[in-house]
Amino acid sequence: MNETSTKERESYCTFRVDALLFGVEVRQVQEVIRSQQTTRVPLAPRVVQGLMNLRGQIVSALCLRERLGLPGAQDQNDSMNVVVRSDEGPISLLVDEIGDVVEVDVRRFEPPPETLLGEQRELVRGVFKLERELLLILNTDRVVSVCA
Amino acid sequence: MEGLDEIVEEFLVESYESLDQLDSDLVALEETPDDLERLGSIFRTVHTIKGTSGFLALPKLERVAHVGENLLVPLRDGDLKLDEDIASGLLGMVDAIRDMLGSLENSGDEGATDYEPLVARLQGLLSGEPAKAPANESSEGAEPNNDAEPTAEVAASEESVTETPAEAVETASSDPPPESGESAVASEQSTEAGAEAPSEAAPVDAPSEQASAETANPEPTAVAAAAAPAPATEPAAPAESAAPAEPVSAPEPAASASPAATPAAAKSVGEKEVSTKSVADATVRIDVQLLDKLMNLVGELVLSRNQILQFGNGSEDPMMVAASQRLNHITTELQEGVMKTRMQPIRNAWSKLPRVVRDLSSTFGKKVEVRMEGADTELDKTILEAIKDPLTHIVRNSVDHGIETPDVRVAQGKPVEGTLLLRAFHEGGQVNIEITDDGGGIRADRVRAKAIEKGLITPERAEQMTERELASLILLPGFSTALKVTNVSGRGVGMDVVKTNIERIGGTLDIQSTEGQGTTLRIKIPLTLAIVPALIIKSGGDLYAIPQVSLLELVRLEGHRTEAEVEFIQDVPVYRLRENLLPLIFLDEQLGLRPKRERDEYREHVNIVVLQAEDRQFGLVVDAITDTQEIVVKPLDQHLKSIPAYAGATIMGDGTVALILDVIGIAQRSNVLTEHRDHSFTDAGSADVDRARSGETFLIVDTENGSRGAIHLSTVARLEEFDASKVERCGESQVIQYRDEIMPLIGLGGFGDAVTSDEGRLNTVVFSNGRSSVGIVVGRIVDIVRESGTINEAREPGDNRRVINGRVTELIDLQEVVRRRLPDFGIDEGAMNGVG
Repeated sequence: MNETSTKERESYCTFRVDALLFGVEVRQVQEVIRSQQTTRVPLAPRVVQGLMNLRGQIVSALCLRERLGLPGAQDQNDSMNVVVRSDEGPISLLVDEIGDVVEVDVRRFEPPPETLLGEQRELVRGVFKLERELLLILNTDRVVSVCA
Repeated sequence: MEGLDEIVEEFLVESYESLDQLDSDLVALEETPDDLERLGSIFRTVHTIKGTSGFLALPKLERVAHVGENLLVPLRDGDLKLDEDIASGLLGMVDAIRDMLGSLENSGDEGATDYEPLVARLQGLLSGEPAKAPANESSEGAEPNNDAEPTAEVAASEESVTETPAEAVETASSDPPPESGESAVASEQSTEAGAEAPSEAAPVDAPSEQASAETANPEPTAVAAAAAPAPATEPAAPAESAAPAEPVSAPEPAASASPAATPAAAKSVGEKEVSTKSVADATVRIDVQLLDKLMNLVGELVLSRNQILQFGNGSEDPMMVAASQRLNHITTELQEGVMKTRMQPIRNAWSKLPRVVRDLSSTFGKKVEVRMEGADTELDKTILEAIKDPLTHIVRNSVDHGIETPDVRVAQGKPVEGTLLLRAFHEGGQVNIEITDDGGGIRADRVRAKAIEKGLITPERAEQMTERELASLILLPGFSTALKVTNVSGRGVGMDVVKTNIERIGGTLDIQSTEGQGTTLRIKIPLTLAIVPALIIKSGGDLYAIPQVSLLELVRLEGHRTEAEVEFIQDVPVYRLRENLLPLIFLDEQLGLRPKRERDEYREHVNIVVLQAEDRQFGLVVDAITDTQEIVVKPLDQHLKSIPAYAGATIMGDGTVALILDVIGIAQRSNVLTEHRDHSFTDAGSADVDRARSGETFLIVDTENGSRGAIHLSTVARLEEFDASKVERCGESQVIQYRDEIMPLIGLGGFGDAVTSDEGRLNTVVFSNGRSSVGIVVGRIVDIVRESGTINEAREPGDNRRVINGRVTELIDLQEVVRRRLPDFGIDEGAMNGVG
């Protein structure tokens, strides 16, 4: 969709999980908040970190590290919540560190390389080649669709 | 108004609304006569009124609306241009309609007023000869003469008079109008204006009133009220006739109206003026979205209230405590009120089903009786709307495929007439709707064969499948169509669609069938957005909420009692609750929070929450029981919805999220609910209904002398079992050390000792006044039952015996017993606990 976009530049909210830099379209992000108290949900998929109270609304918090199949455990107290809008209301993605909102040239977008396999291929919509590193764009719809 | 037919009432409400709209539309139209959209809207409204009044057999109303409509046609088509005359004529029509509606509302008929002059006037307007109408015949003729008067004043005078009819009467007797021909008319007009609100209607009503007035008391009234016509016939008149001479009081209009053979109507109109109540005033239409918003806000308020209550209870400040209590009460009432605005009895969705069944059964040559239970069960309006179609579909299927033809039924030894039972009840925070037929049921072998053929299941799997599982196969998409084609007996078309529709509103559809005996479809609709009372418990360090509807009682075993009383059947722990074996389920194990306990791990104390799941009882063991609370049920995200153990989530007073347990889901998970016990579904269903119905809950006990007693469960704080050897004597009384206090023990019988032997165990009902407790020793604790009010009503006053579970049972008033035996023990009703 980016290729067909008439705009030259697009804004992405960026964050890090493990050493990777991820981005989500700014308009899909409802808000970014600090680590919140969550209530665990036994029997739920491991990805579901718990439920949190977002101003009276109950929002699931998904551990992005787990979702992406990245190694290592997330330090719960330090993680940030990137609350994204989905068809079923807001869902929070737990990330290690929050980055800037970057504006990128749509011409620098490429689909994920064929060699990217597994979960990541499913969840990464494409890559922006930034000056120093790569920005992986998440397919948020896929990311938040977790089957119990 | 009570006697009014529902349809008529609805018609009145709707018409009143559209009449108000017509008024403002017509006035606005005078400013912009070319507003075709507005004209169209007016036309439609009048047309609707005409149509409905024809349907309701209101000929006069229909006639007036009809000529009005005729006049509107050329206006709408642009053949006629709206001028003030036409506008006045149309407004006159609006008032005439309003009068007739008023009369309809008050006396049930259109009233005796003759509207022919108005009809003539409107017809005159249509033929384009407004000014030629005869002046002495009706006031219409006069009206066109007033062309010079500004429109604004027309509106103003109309409004003022409409709003305050009484004033209109008072000003009525001012200067007589110049045209003598009108005065007679005018007089009636004044009475009319007094009797019925709209002054503007006066020209319309006048003629008929004239007739009536002439027969009754023609002269005086006519003269006295001579000025009244002024406001109506001459828009400027109200201003001129500022000095009222003789106020025409209320009796007068009544008097003039009575000859019209509707004294009652006139009188009720008078009353109406006092209370200004009418059908339209008593109801307001509200956008459901607004109600949704209110409901959400109330939900938030409940949460805040819970939070404040927590602070309030911990506070020393009596002001704070009082204020939080008041907040509590108000919030509860508000919540109930807002909930009620959205609730409607399921009868509304059921009402058309008997007709559907009748038509279908006569088509198929079947005989079907429709029975309804729990038609008063209320559910949210949106949910009600959403289940109407699925319900119709299911009922159609039941009659079509379920119930057999009379000859088949007779051959099978069934009653000729099939029964279709619709049943609704609340259970576990959900509304259950059951559609049961006593027809042929689903033929499992055919379903099995079909499913294998369609490749939905493997033959191996099919062999293992139970009847219930097979029955639910027909809910799969792709299955039902096949059934239709081959016309296999059983449920036909589109059950998957029905299922989808029900699931869309968060419900479930379950099917149970016994071949040859019938089929039950059970719809469960969760009350999302609902606020339910719940028990808050702790397990594995987290809080969970259990809807109280499923809660039967709480049992706590401590120390050595745990070891002694938790028994095992192989590795399965059970507890003897009175006469029944209660399977014990550990919540933390079920939730996968810890591995299954070994037998030697049962030494700790045990909190058992006794729950009802469908027709089963089981004990859910939790770490701790916190308290009871009103919780707001919030739905879970899609990816958590599929976990059957949870019914939703809620936000606690401190802002944390707690999961709401789905009792039935847990029961299924732990195999408490299993297939082989399901065949008794019909009986089990009715047991559910009994439980779910509101009624009083009693603790049934055997007293020492063998008679049976029932104690209101709400007065019981706890049930305890003591070792008789622990009973100590203190002066005249017997006491026992209990929870760090000295608790006196009394018996239910005479004034002797409660305990006569120091052997065995004492079943004790603990009564508490919030500060201290009394133990009432009973012989045996039998059961807890819920009794409906019917037996209660049948009772003679003063007779405190009932028949419960087939035995004569004496009602025991614990407070009275305690008051009699221990007069010094303060009974503070407010501090009593329910289930403790």
